[in-house]
Amino acid sequence: MTTLLAGPGSRRPDPKHAAPAGRFRGLWNASPLTYLTLIVALALSVFPIYWMIIVATRTNSVVADVPPPMLPGGNGAGNVGRLFDNPDAYFAKGLLNSMIASSAVTISTVFFASLAGFAFAKLRFRGKNALLLTIIATMMIPVQMGIIPLYMIMVKLGWENQLQAVIVPFLVTGFGVFMMRQYADQAVPDELIEAARVDGCTTFGIYWRVVLPALRPAAGVLGLFTFMQTWNEFMWPLAVLTPDNPTVQLSINNLANAYFKDYTLMFAGTTVAVLPLLVVFIIFGRQIIGGIMEGAVKA
Amino acid sequence: MTTDLRPSRNGPPQPTSAQTHRAPRRTWRARLARLDVKGAPYAFISPFYIVFLIFGAFPLVYTLWVSLHQWELASGTRKFIGLDNFDYLLTDEGFWHATVNTLGIFVISTVPQLLIALFVANALNRRMRLPTMFRIGMVAPLVTSTAAVAIVFTQMFDTNWGLINWAIGLFGVDPIEWSSSRGWSWAAIAIMVDWRWTGYNALIYLAAMQAIPRDLYEAAAIDGASRIRQFWQITVPLLRPTILFTVIISTIGGLQLFTEPVLFSVATPNKMDGGPLHQFQTITMYMYDNAFGHDRYGYGAAVAWALFVLIIVFSLINFLAVRRTGGAK
Repeated sequence: MTTLLAGPGSRRPDPKHAAPAGRFRGLWNASPLTYLTLIVALALSVFPIYWMIIVATRTNSVVADVPPPMLPGGNGAGNVGRLFDNPDAYFAKGLLNSMIASSAVTISTVFFASLAGFAFAKLRFRGKNALLLTIIATMMIPVQMGIIPLYMIMVKLGWENQLQAVIVPFLVTGFGVFMMRQYADQAVPDELIEAARVDGCTTFGIYWRVVLPALRPAAGVLGLFTFMQTWNEFMWPLAVLTPDNPTVQLSINNLANAYFKDYTLMFAGTTVAVLPLLVVFIIFGRQIIGGIMEGAVKA
Repeated sequence: MTTDLRPSRNGPPQPTSAQTHRAPRRTWRARLARLDVKGAPYAFISPFYIVFLIFGAFPLVYTLWVSLHQWELASGTRKFIGLDNFDYLLTDEGFWHATVNTLGIFVISTVPQLLIALFVANALNRRMRLPTMFRIGMVAPLVTSTAAVAIVFTQMFDTNWGLINWAIGLFGVDPIEWSSSRGWSWAAIAIMVDWRWTGYNALIYLAAMQAIPRDLYEAAAIDGASRIRQFWQITVPLLRPTILFTVIISTIGGLQLFTEPVLFSVATPNKMDGGPLHQFQTITMYMYDNAFGHDRYGYGAAVAWALFVLIIVFSLINFLAVRRTGGAK
């Protein structure tokens, strides 16, 4: 709001005297108040994460301190040690389970979604449009709708409290297929596929040698989002797994249930649970932003 | 590439000569090739349909079937009772209480969230230093885990020890009982939701803003329109399809709110209650509690269907509302 009000302020006289080409430059330059708004927004975005790290590296007396400490302390290793020793959190197991489940779902989603996306974008077959429509329709169904029968299926299969219960139902998503179809449509020239076909490639060979390499940027974004989503899943693991065979989210939920006064322990847990995502984010931040903005353009 | 082109150019003669030489193998191969061309597409899309039919479509339909029963897993009860669950639902105070909570949290989180996202996107759309740093900072909340952040915020909202009550105390405001009052607990949960999703929506708006031709603004500036007017009369109307998209996405997500309120209920015996007076129990928590907490799977399934209907109704209402406001202009 403030940005808008103060926007045309101090910089206005400048472009007026500039050459005609640069006449409207002032219209687009960020004013000091734009910066101020963005810096405040940035601080609000990052602060809770920073606060989490501060508490995770201090002792429990921290909560009574006035004013609250604004720098990390030296007790991080101790808190993380207590975390892994905690008998109720099953933290190491949760971390391992989450790693396995997220990796498996990610690899499988990227593979099957790009395979189906390629078929929908580039291959001819009967019923293609109708089938594609059903995929788009499935994207609108909230997952939680089916959670009760899904649980019953797992009971029938004997998969309650088994890690595959949080993997198998999510091996490929309609969103993934649709996203890869949209990308394959533009990114893979038909001539390339024809050429490979003439060369004697099987259809799968074309996918593997020609299409998949061309789909790499979109596949990367899909993989990142799938990994984050699976890592974050809370309701379904809570329903189907037990506290002694948790994902990492359930581990920190165990802590929040039993140790809600032991802030440094809880926060050490949340920090370690968020860490893999933050590492992914630091490495692939640009791609994630690109992914969000691309998705918006398509929608 | 050159080898690719050659056979296609003098293609017709070659296969015939090859066929005469070793006919049986050729046809076997040709048949295989035809099978590959015809069958491969279906083989490629089938994994999705197999997974979806078993774990997506079937559960959805089966929910309806379950909702027509008194269905308990522990006792093995499975009695067909027709529409009794839905009948009960209509007069179930617990359900309607949770519905009011869900809608209340949805409204007080979504409206400011999308407005702030619009303003932030507008600011990000300026020419500035370090644009990538600002954008990355805005979406940082999105890559944290929901459960972890809910725990951090719950501590920050603590009445006695929380950072937020300390901070407002600096301005002379009395401590707020965030978790025990209905309105304040909604606000606290709404802040958690907004913290996570505002940056995401801002980036979506930013992408759409970048597609607006700049000469529109330049023309408006010549006509003497202020930046505020440019924002409300050029940016917002042209962003209408995008705003519609974010409203629908927020509706679907907001009405299913679960993780944040579950973790906000510290120190209550049943976390699905949403506080001792159920002051922030959402519909999804109510469904979960009925099914998994009290072994009332039939009734839980009925609540799930009610939630589904609510999502569709509200998506439609929002769709029409956004269209209407745009059409008026």
